[in-house]
Amino acid sequence: MTEAATPLWEVFVRPRNGLAHRHVGSLHAHDAQMALQAARDVYTRRGETQSIWIVPSTAIVASDPSEKDMMFEPTATKIYRHPTFYEVPDEVGHM
Amino acid sequence: MPLASPDPRAAWLMRLGDASLILGHRMTQWLSRAPTLEEDIALANLGLDLIGQTRALYARACEIEGGGRDENALAYRRAEPEYRNPLLVEQPNGDFAVTMVRHLIFAAYATPLYERLSSSNDAETAGIATRSAREMAYHLRHAAEWTIRLGDGTPESHARAQTALDDLWPYVPELFEADDLDRDVAASGFGVDPSTLRGDFDAAVAGVLARATLAKPAEVRGQRGGKAGRHSEHLGHILAELQVLQRAYPDAQW
Repeated sequence: MTEAATPLWEVFVRPRNGLAHRHVGSLHAHDAQMALQAARDVYTRRGETQSIWIVPSTAIVASDPSEKDMMFEPTATKIYRHPTFYEVPDEVGHM
Repeated sequence: MPLASPDPRAAWLMRLGDASLILGHRMTQWLSRAPTLEEDIALANLGLDLIGQTRALYARACEIEGGGRDENALAYRRAEPEYRNPLLVEQPNGDFAVTMVRHLIFAAYATPLYERLSSSNDAETAGIATRSAREMAYHLRHAAEWTIRLGDGTPESHARAQTALDDLWPYVPELFEADDLDRDVAASGFGVDPSTLRGDFDAAVAGVLARATLAKPAEVRGQRGGKAGRHSEHLGHILAELQVLQRAYPDAQW
């Protein structure tokens, strides 16, 4: 079977109500319906699953790893963006 | 041909278990040989579902029988004539189209069977059937989607799917032929008369074949005998592989 006949799909699974869908992996399938079935068989074998999302991998727009410095490095020196400069009163408890 | 068990209810459950064991074994023969990794796992899941159903059916049959046999004795210590599965499930895997069409036929029969059996007057059996119906509904979906894509795919996949359908269709009538045992357990409210399932089967299969652009084969008298213990040559080979360990080392434990 050729790659063209079975494009790549990204699989997102929501394990429980109240949680968000999480990316769990990818797989090859002929079309969306077959991808959904394959995801059920490959990624939900060992537990409760509430929902599966399938997305064509070609629909994912990804950042370029070679631009990592430009994209993400500048934030490393901006510690004031972290909410660590506040005194949280004891009465507030866990935030 | 004597019943497989002195209790007709146990004999009938064993017959269902025999069908799912042999088909489940056939599916495990695909392990590491399926067309894609995804389908390899899918076929293993289908096989495991069937073998799980077998264990539950055999265990309940043994409880009803009350004679000290257990599920291992049924799976590993019986010879071909004692197996009462329909001939369909022992047919070779062939190519992927054969396996999927065989599974479509079986699942389209077993899904309504277990749906009806979930109102058995035996609560244990009803529980097994409820779980099995859910599993078989997914088997039906999986086999149907593949049959549609093979039939409505390339000229070669269409030809292979049509050949598979034509070759396996003679094994359809046996699934729905009621014998005395079927009628007996159905009349008592324990089991299901398979002849009442043909309408559901025809409706499910017709929809799939239409979308798959496959022609429904002409109705034939067909091949039968497995339900009465008369099997094709394939079952002996299956049992040789399935039973070799327990035959060589009786009572071997892991």
